[in-house]
Amino acid sequence: MAATSDATVDPTDGATRRDAVEWRPSRGKVGVASLIAMESFFFGTFIVAFLFYIGKDVHGPTGATALDVGPVIVWSICLLSSSATVVAAVKALARGAKAAFEFWMGATLLLGGAFVYGTAVEWRGLMLDHELFISTNLFGSTYYGLVGFHAFHVVLGLLALGMIWTLSKLGHLRAVDAEKVELVSWYWHFVDVVWIFVFTSVYLFGTGIL
Amino acid sequence: MTTLPTTPAETVADRRAEPLSARLHLWAITVDHKRLGIMYVLSGLVFFLVGGLEASAMRAQLARPGNDLVSPEVFNQLFTMHGTTMVFLVGMPVLLGMGNYLIPLMIGARDMAFPRLNAFGFWLFLFGGLLLYYSYIGAQGLYGTSAAPDVGWFAYAPLTDRTFSRGNSTDYWILGIMVSGFGSIATGANLVATILCMRCRGMTLMRMPLMAWMMLVVGVLVLTALGPLTAAQVMLLFDRNLGAHFFDPQEGGSAILWQHFFWFFGHPEVYILILPAFGFVSEIVPTFSRKVIFGYPLMVAATVGIGFISLSVWAHHMFAVGLGPVLDAFFSAMTFMIAVPTGIKIFNWIGTMWGGRIRFASPMLFATGFVAMFVIGGLTGIMLAMVPFDWQVSDSYFVVGHFHYVLFGGTIFAIFGALHYWYPKAVGRMLNETIAKWSFWLLFAGFNLTFFPMHISGLLGMPRRIYTFQPDRGLELWNLLSTAGVPLQAAGVLLIVWNLLRSHRKGAIAGNDPWDAWTLEWATTSPPPEHNFDEPPTVGSRRPLWDLKHPEDPDGRYE
Amino acid sequence: MTVLAVGAVAAPVAAAATQTADATSSEICDPTSGLPLPSIPSMFEPASPPAADIEALTWLLLGICAAIFVVVQAALVHAIVKYRAGRAAVDRDGVPGEPRQVYGSNPVELAWTVIPIVIVFVLAMTSVRLIRDIERTSPPEGALAVTVIGHQWWWEYRYPELGIVTANELVVPANRPVWLELHSADVNHSWWVPQLSGKKDCIPGHTNVLWFEAERPGVFLGQCAEYCGTQHANMLLRVEARDDAGFDAWVRGQQSPPASDDDEEVLRGREVFLALACQACHDIAGVSEGAFGPNLTHLMSRSTIGAGVAPLDRDTLRQWIDDPQTLKPGCNMPSLELDDAQLDAVVAYLATLR
Ligand code: HEA
Ligand code: HEA
Ligand code: HEC
Ligand code: CUA
Ligand SMILES: [Cu+2]
Repeated sequence: MAATSDATVDPTDGATRRDAVEWRPSRGKVGVASLIAMESFFFGTFIVAFLFYIGKDVHGPTGATALDVGPVIVWSICLLSSSATVVAAVKALARGAKAAFEFWMGATLLLGGAFVYGTAVEWRGLMLDHELFISTNLFGSTYYGLVGFHAFHVVLGLLALGMIWTLSKLGHLRAVDAEKVELVSWYWHFVDVVWIFVFTSVYLFGTGIL
Repeated sequence: MTTLPTTPAETVADRRAEPLSARLHLWAITVDHKRLGIMYVLSGLVFFLVGGLEASAMRAQLARPGNDLVSPEVFNQLFTMHGTTMVFLVGMPVLLGMGNYLIPLMIGARDMAFPRLNAFGFWLFLFGGLLLYYSYIGAQGLYGTSAAPDVGWFAYAPLTDRTFSRGNSTDYWILGIMVSGFGSIATGANLVATILCMRCRGMTLMRMPLMAWMMLVVGVLVLTALGPLTAAQVMLLFDRNLGAHFFDPQEGGSAILWQHFFWFFGHPEVYILILPAFGFVSEIVPTFSRKVIFGYPLMVAATVGIGFISLSVWAHHMFAVGLGPVLDAFFSAMTFMIAVPTGIKIFNWIGTMWGGRIRFASPMLFATGFVAMFVIGGLTGIMLAMVPFDWQVSDSYFVVGHFHYVLFGGTIFAIFGALHYWYPKAVGRMLNETIAKWSFWLLFAGFNLTFFPMHISGLLGMPRRIYTFQPDRGLELWNLLSTAGVPLQAAGVLLIVWNLLRSHRKGAIAGNDPWDAWTLEWATTSPPPEHNFDEPPTVGSRRPLWDLKHPEDPDGRYE
Repeated sequence: MTVLAVGAVAAPVAAAATQTADATSSEICDPTSGLPLPSIPSMFEPASPPAADIEALTWLLLGICAAIFVVVQAALVHAIVKYRAGRAAVDRDGVPGEPRQVYGSNPVELAWTVIPIVIVFVLAMTSVRLIRDIERTSPPEGALAVTVIGHQWWWEYRYPELGIVTANELVVPANRPVWLELHSADVNHSWWVPQLSGKKDCIPGHTNVLWFEAERPGVFLGQCAEYCGTQHANMLLRVEARDDAGFDAWVRGQQSPPASDDDEEVLRGREVFLALACQACHDIAGVSEGAFGPNLTHLMSRSTIGAGVAPLDRDTLRQWIDDPQTLKPGCNMPSLELDDAQLDAVVAYLATLR
């Protein structure tokens, strides 16, 4: 393979046959994937702590006595279905359908908001009826730590999605931004997937159902 | 096919023409990976001096038994701050900063993937470090104010509980590390994205310089290791400030869980600290041996292998905890395994030197010193992985000896080698070789004088983290020798600092490629222009500049 | 670089070992226990099966690592010397410019992958076997059970079968296995007497076990090996292994209440002890029931004070009670600021606790 120091030589010239196709992943995607990888380990650590401490409390209340799975299932359905609506929104944006995009994004916001509301209601009940605080016992510490961080991430996601929705309403969002919106939707999917793990740990293992 | 730009860069003199305030302003607002890299390295070096000063105070105190140069409280703060500083504020930033400076140049990119995130990461690191050091002024401890953290660099629970660590010095430790940790995470993600997405034409993964491979693995390790550390620190913060009980044995919490979390981070962390060093050496050794790196594919495989194995050995720091025979055996076996890929690297470097024509310029001196010293540290690491032996020497000075051989003899030697190697690129001027050689030999002698005797005092029963030691236990001589090495090291360090400062003005002009090297960074000017390459380069092999210099025998043919 | 070869490890260690041997043979005895004075607490002077096993292993490990060290450094030095520019045959291959470029070699690389794998495999197997041999999960036959509780910065020892509670100095029979149950009352500590066994951590909320069997009467030293706060450095360990008669005598002494003394000063000292906060922290059988500090019932049967910071005699005792912070700065016993008369009295009283 001939090498040359002449910068003017056309780089696609014959000798580069091996490199004819030069594919590089999108840096946005790799960046968000990295963030998600890091966050997975962050949540993993909280989940490990939660599972490790099931049954180690010296006094109640515990998951088995204080948690009510019924309503949580409803709120979980809201959150999980918002993964579908956000996909619909991204698709709509990619094909330039502004109205459809705003509809599906709005639905995502509502569903996510409903989930956060659900968490708030649950926490209120735990604090008022069961006197469970982060300082009460191990269950309190691990439960509020894990569920709280998850809810915090949902709120962050909602803020990001809400900003996108507002930009769209103001007419500042174009089809070329679809990739950026898609990246935010990845994050939203991630928050959903984490919830599946949180739900299994807290509401199935933590309550003794499993 | 290798095409290279010829760049008429702004000259050093151009920059000096501007007023100081304007120049500083440019540094403060920069998002240029080269400036950020330099700022990382400089801040890291300043922290190195501070950490070294703390170490010197410890060694002075331990010069003889029953010394009362510093009080027990101060001593405990010294080793905590020394360890924390060296790991989080010296090792990480200098290595990540080098990566920052070099990776885009080496892979022919214009900048990092996310320049603004890059700047954000740097300032987080710096402010995290300053926050940690503010504790010397602002923190409240058990014995009043001005209390730096004193819980050791791994801050074992429950010593960190409110009950045993009153005041807020431990909170400074948590927050300082957490903030600078966010910076590292940002940089880690940036490195991964840069290496995967920003390579120039023709640079396939298997054509990257080895250093880029090592930085890629480091980026991944940063992403996996810092999440758990941050989570554990958040839990500790909750324990201390919101009354949670994550690590509170009174309420059924586990002191051992913290150790698992910390070392799940801590062990990959030590590879985060050594892999970039391996990267530097993998660049320096071929250049000065005038030979291509021996066994590139196996080196890549070994790097990736180290990355994986390093995630499953963490409990070798916990053999004395009483995990039970099964876990002890598992982690012991996993730890031994890591000797294989590490050995491959050592042998491949020697293989590269073999049959070469070695020039012992200062970078090569440090790189050779690295290989020789790291082997010692690695072998004592292997001894420590032998569980029953570790039961004797865990938490003794033998361990202190081990990790200084890998951290100083390894990481720091490699960093100094890298500084000498790339300084001409970054500054445009050569370092003075005579001073460089003096500093190497002073450091080499002082380093061995300080740290070799530690193995012996450890074997003779000296635990670590003690502010004073018992007379008549055969420890006096070894401690005195350890202390005696420090002035030599300090002299070596000061010489390096002086050399860096003076060559900035007085060094010989370097030119683009002073070492006659083969990777892309040497193709642009020294210092490189803001946009690195006038035209994006195209490479046809692992050693684009070799191809240029030896058109009759290009590299790609053998890959 | 080979100057640093392994010989350097072996020599000083051996020197230390000889020094140790001298100390033991010179038959100077401990005034309190009558036992030979403590030797250097080196793991190379084992006096108990686990420590002996580890010592043998250590030489093996040192040997293997020394061999690897020599091979690797020899190769490195050879490369440095032979292939140095100027010295090396510049045109070995007849080419004046660069040396021959060698990109790798499969057989060579395979060799230096496989050989370490074999070595590492052997090491791992050795490790697994020795872990099983040394680490017991149930007490050896006929073992004496002792519960060890680490405190910031002293040791509590309880002999559940003998009804004895004491502090800082562990007295055991020689030639009989001892089974320790390790606990902590506050933070992590680690029990480490190198001549008897490897170390094991004392962790709050987690029980560890450790065994040893002193093969000869003697005093064995060590110290806390897990950083536990301000006075970690002065949380020393002292184990006295006595022959059967000596141990039985000690047990009888510990089991009987301290002899009462009608001396006026002593009685006053006892009053002071009870009137001040002392009784809130210290247990003296039949007198006070504090549990925060060391049990003082048979204080004077010990030879050191403050977990080994100083030899125990009337002077140090007085200094300690006057202000323990002068002997052990940062320790958890406050100075109660006794006046001279009170001090004399309390010391006189404590001195009767044999
Ligand atoms: C740069 C950092 C670094 C590196 C690279 C290493 C590398 C290794 N370390 Fe080290 N280690 C630390 C930093 C590092 N360590 C620190 C900071 C601590 C203490 C933390 C604290 O407590 O504060 C520590 C503590 C530590 C312990 C715990 C000790 C204790 O507290 O009880 C152990 C135990 O297994 C250990 C083992 C190893 C091993 C097996 C390697 C291996 O990776 C080494 C592999 C290298 C070689 C083996 C040499 C080259 C190989 C050959 C020449 C091939 C032939 C060899 C064989 C076949 C054996 N280390
Ligand atoms: C990269 C990591 C690194 C490096 C480079 C060093 C470097 C040194 N370390 Fe470090 N050390 C650690 C990482 C490191 N250490 C860690 C992680 C611990 C564990 C902490 C813990 O237990 O929690 C530790 C613990 C540790 C101990 C054990 C403390 C104890 O257990 O009680 C000791 C004791 O001697 C020691 C000594 C030294 C010395 C003498 C140096 C020397 O090499 C330093 C040389 C540098 C200098 C001598 C500086 C010279 C500069 C000047 C004199 C100029 C000053 C001027 C200005 C500031 C303007 N270190
Ligand atoms: C706040 C609790 C507290 C009070 C009050 C207190 N002590 Fe102590 N004492 C301790 C602690 C804790 C230690 C162990 C210190 C160490 O070794 O780190 C100790 C150690 C001792 C020792 C040494 C024991 C040994 O075996 O080494 C003596 C003797 C002693 N105290 C006597 C007294 C006397 C006499 C008084 C009253 C004047 C007193 N103590 C008051 C807590 C207390
Ligand atoms: Cu107890 Cu250190
Ligand atoms: Cu490790």
